[in-house]
Amino acid sequence: MARKVSIGRKVGFTALAWTLGCLMFFPIFWMMLTGFKTEVGAIASPPQFFFTPTLESYKDVIEQSNYMRFVMNSIIIAGGSTLLALVVAIPSAWSMAFSPTKHTKDVLMWMLSTKMMPPVGVLVPLYLMLQYFGLLDTRTGLVIIMMLINLPIIIWMLFTYFKEIPSEILEASRMDGAVLWKEIVYVLLPMALPGIASTLLLNLILAWNESFWTLNLTASNAATLTQFISSFSSPQGLFFAKLSAASTMAIGPIMVLGWFSQKQLVTGLTFGAVK
Amino acid sequence: MGNIVLEKVNKCFGDVEVIPSVDLDIKDGEFIVFVGPSGCGKSTLLRLIAGLEDLTGGKIIIDGVDVSDSTPAKRELAMVFQSYALYPHMTVRKNIAFPLKMAGMDPAEINKKVEAAAKSLNLTDYLERTPGLLSGGQRQRVAIGRAIVRSPSAFLFDEPLSNLDAALRVNMRIEITDLHKELKTTMIYVTHDQVEAMTMADRIVVLQAGDVEQFGSPLDLYNKPINRFVAGFIGSPKMNFVTGKDAEEFNAHEIGFRPEHMTVSITEGRWKGVVSVAEHLGADTFLHVKTEDAGTIVTRSDGELNVNYGDTVYVSPNTDKIYRFGADGLSI
Repeated sequence: MARKVSIGRKVGFTALAWTLGCLMFFPIFWMMLTGFKTEVGAIASPPQFFFTPTLESYKDVIEQSNYMRFVMNSIIIAGGSTLLALVVAIPSAWSMAFSPTKHTKDVLMWMLSTKMMPPVGVLVPLYLMLQYFGLLDTRTGLVIIMMLINLPIIIWMLFTYFKEIPSEILEASRMDGAVLWKEIVYVLLPMALPGIASTLLLNLILAWNESFWTLNLTASNAATLTQFISSFSSPQGLFFAKLSAASTMAIGPIMVLGWFSQKQLVTGLTFGAVK
Repeated sequence: MGNIVLEKVNKCFGDVEVIPSVDLDIKDGEFIVFVGPSGCGKSTLLRLIAGLEDLTGGKIIIDGVDVSDSTPAKRELAMVFQSYALYPHMTVRKNIAFPLKMAGMDPAEINKKVEAAAKSLNLTDYLERTPGLLSGGQRQRVAIGRAIVRSPSAFLFDEPLSNLDAALRVNMRIEITDLHKELKTTMIYVTHDQVEAMTMADRIVVLQAGDVEQFGSPLDLYNKPINRFVAGFIGSPKMNFVTGKDAEEFNAHEIGFRPEHMTVSITEGRWKGVVSVAEHLGADTFLHVKTEDAGTIVTRSDGELNVNYGDTVYVSPNTDKIYRFGADGLSI
């Protein structure tokens, strides 16, 4: 018999969940709200909850900088690095999941260990390498770097999803005459689609929000939305309303993507957790 | 054609040798069953023939061509797996069509072949369903459909009936046997169920610890087992074994006699004992008799026998049907 939950308990938990949710969402809400204030209203004390909204900050932000260029750079760098990473990660994860050797575990751990290192530890060598190859402040350079940075997580995620697929099905496709690429394209990928989709989404979000490498390796040509935000915390001082408007514009696209794909993300991230 | 020859086939997983050295010559059109206890290497041997495992040593020759290093696709064999291994994201139609699509066949031709295979396996009504919506028996039929549609040189079955219930298993067993008669294609069938082996095979390969103990027709194995292991493995219920004085009387280290070659009497006989289990099946009666001199003896009698748990009976072997074994376990 299912456990009975009293109404008081239900109300208590619901209230607690809403409170925690609101607390977590509040900074984003406040940022969005501030974007519609004047610069004076943004720093007013006590803070204003009720005010006449204005699009002044948005107008200034769009006039001062080429928003669409930053958006395009973000799309190309986040999208490009994610797709490139998938092209490398799918065969790697396939090989480790279905054709493991005695060193597979070590390779997986080694890849994970690279994420334990602070990025700044390799900033100088990577900076110099990009400079040497003429890739500083280029989309190509950033796509390669972002692909390499997120590759361990992608391989780990795909490896976990692939492990859930019975190897007999892949063997059956081999018996049916499928060569390796057909086995991957016709059998493995459709079966692992929920996992691949959530890996792709998660990596897009990670790459979109990444700021350390984009701030350090770009100046103007390949500058992404993180550069766009930081350009408003500038030498003239902090302009909170403009900064908030810029931040809202920067996180907008990825929030919309996340909102529409949340079901896919949850399905993929809990893939195999419950049979 | 489907002539398969194994020459000194050897397989090791790391330091563990699972198949020491196997030689077999399977003729075109034969129904061969690999049988043996769990872990005897029968599935490994089948996977080696399929090309799903690499050989450590030896050769596999199909229709005169050495395929030891060929990929599974190039061996032109079809396999039916224990778990059916259907593609869950494809409909029954696409599942059956998959090998033909991989072979680059014309779509119209594929459709014709799929329809024909589906008709022969009673799957026509299910062609647009995915495997998740089918019963175990139907899934098994789809797996067989996927195998027959490409007319392979031989079929490999890896315990295909293990996941089915008893009634369905008997039906599918008959269907596979009929299919073999119809197609006349070589079939290699792995099972641990010796009843399946006895009823389906032209010849049986009995395996133990990766070694072929005996290779012969079902009745050869039943009547002339080469050693104690084969004698005990083939036949159901299994053969009774007795050592000591009784065996010496027959100039053997150990004697064996099958349950169906025993007589049961309530007045006289060779060994006196008490019935510990009585199984009345109508057509047969199985008794497990605990004797003082020969341990527990299992008997099988035709028809109904009015003997129950706790009764005292006498059991005697039919002396014409006694199997004799030496100290090395080999038949004398």
